[in-house]
Amino acid sequence: MLSKRIIPCLDVRDGRLTKGIKFKENVDIGDPVQAARAYYEQGADEIVFYDITASAEARAIMLDVVKRVAETIFIPFSVGGGIRTVDDMRQVILAGAEKVSVNSEAVKNPGVIRDGARAFGSQCIVLGMDVKKVLASREIPSGYEMVIHGGRTFTGLDALRWAKEAERLGAGEICLNSIDADGTRDGYELDLTALISSHVGIPVIASGGAGKPEHLLDVLTRGKADAALIASMVHYRTHTIPEIKNFLHDHGVKTRLQW
Amino acid sequence: MIGIVDYRAGNLTSVARALESLNEPCMITNDSRLLDDASHIIFPGVGAAGAAMANLRESGLDGHLKKWVQNGKPVLGICLGTQVIFDRSEEDDTPCLGIVPGVVKRFPADLREGEQRLKIPHMGWNRVAFRKNHPVFAGIPEDAEFYFVHSYYPAPADETWAAGWTDYGIRFCSAVARGNLVAVQFHPEKSGRPGLTLLANFCRWGGSDAQ
Repeated sequence: MLSKRIIPCLDVRDGRLTKGIKFKENVDIGDPVQAARAYYEQGADEIVFYDITASAEARAIMLDVVKRVAETIFIPFSVGGGIRTVDDMRQVILAGAEKVSVNSEAVKNPGVIRDGARAFGSQCIVLGMDVKKVLASREIPSGYEMVIHGGRTFTGLDALRWAKEAERLGAGEICLNSIDADGTRDGYELDLTALISSHVGIPVIASGGAGKPEHLLDVLTRGKADAALIASMVHYRTHTIPEIKNFLHDHGVKTRLQW
Repeated sequence: MIGIVDYRAGNLTSVARALESLNEPCMITNDSRLLDDASHIIFPGVGAAGAAMANLRESGLDGHLKKWVQNGKPVLGICLGTQVIFDRSEEDDTPCLGIVPGVVKRFPADLREGEQRLKIPHMGWNRVAFRKNHPVFAGIPEDAEFYFVHSYYPAPADETWAAGWTDYGIRFCSAVARGNLVAVQFHPEKSGRPGLTLLANFCRWGGSDAQ
């Protein structure tokens, strides 16, 4: 049986973490390579990097980060942010990432999912979805709408319909972020996660709202998620990955305890 | 020197980086003469069986792979590399190398574990029940997990080839071993410490499965 994956997410700007993570002795570090190594050693099952800059110079810096991370950790990791074309994907994959994630870019140009899957295989292509709850309507029958540009722009696209379409185009996995829950630390959007996860045949990573281990338990059971993204709860050392995994294990969720 | 066979089946640098972290000299190459001189051969790969076999035939590496296995050089197959050493793959109904008797099958569409419907690909961390006392699997804790990502699984015709078993709705063969050949469905280069242990064992292995 597969273990549920626990995935720390690191936001990177110009090659540095946007929020430092608390390391041993509460020293704040901003180096994504060191942070990745620390989480690898703590038992992270995978790591997600999100590059929040988009300029050409920043891209070169990020590729260097990816290269150094790939020399340092021996678990899968993905890179997202500003990836628009198959060529962008190729650069990140050749630098050493297992997966690339596409988000706003794929809403504007769904063909990039298909082209990426053809070039590198579906297992490489993660669809990032930013979703907001809205009143159900004829256009948005699920009551969840795709938003882009960090949640500022509504797209008129139904989240469930988009998830199925992306699967059909060749996405290998979905990273599902609730804009409503993001940053609240009040828990993941369970209804949204369960809805999407039960209607697609590819794994779903829940994102947004994690504040304590109970939230992960909820989303990995009632929310039917295959994996859970975490950020501030481990970055600020209010919790550690082994503590979260042990909690999940004690509550009957299979996690990887040996690393 | 460890030779990593390059047959245009995905990015092979992650295997090389894992070996470098173990201080094992390695080269990624499609040159059979260089690979003839390598002490060990790693045959990795991700992607589709059909395209992989076409590349192997076109480059002539298909014959060399059979030769290395027959000559007693230690060979490690990984993921797609493991699948194409079988007789045939159900993926695009592809005839493969025929080094291991058996077929590579697609996971059934209605794979279940209790009430729960399982997703395909089998993607993530899972356990492997290894054959006891094989030198390449030495020192790996029993509850260790390995990183998998695949939709097809090896089914050896003769179960004495099987060297590891994994449960995902069904119990499938996740590792085969005989003589100087070991082949695994998971990615040791992406499986943290247990994976690095397996790779280090392989690099030190003389190619005999005697206990």
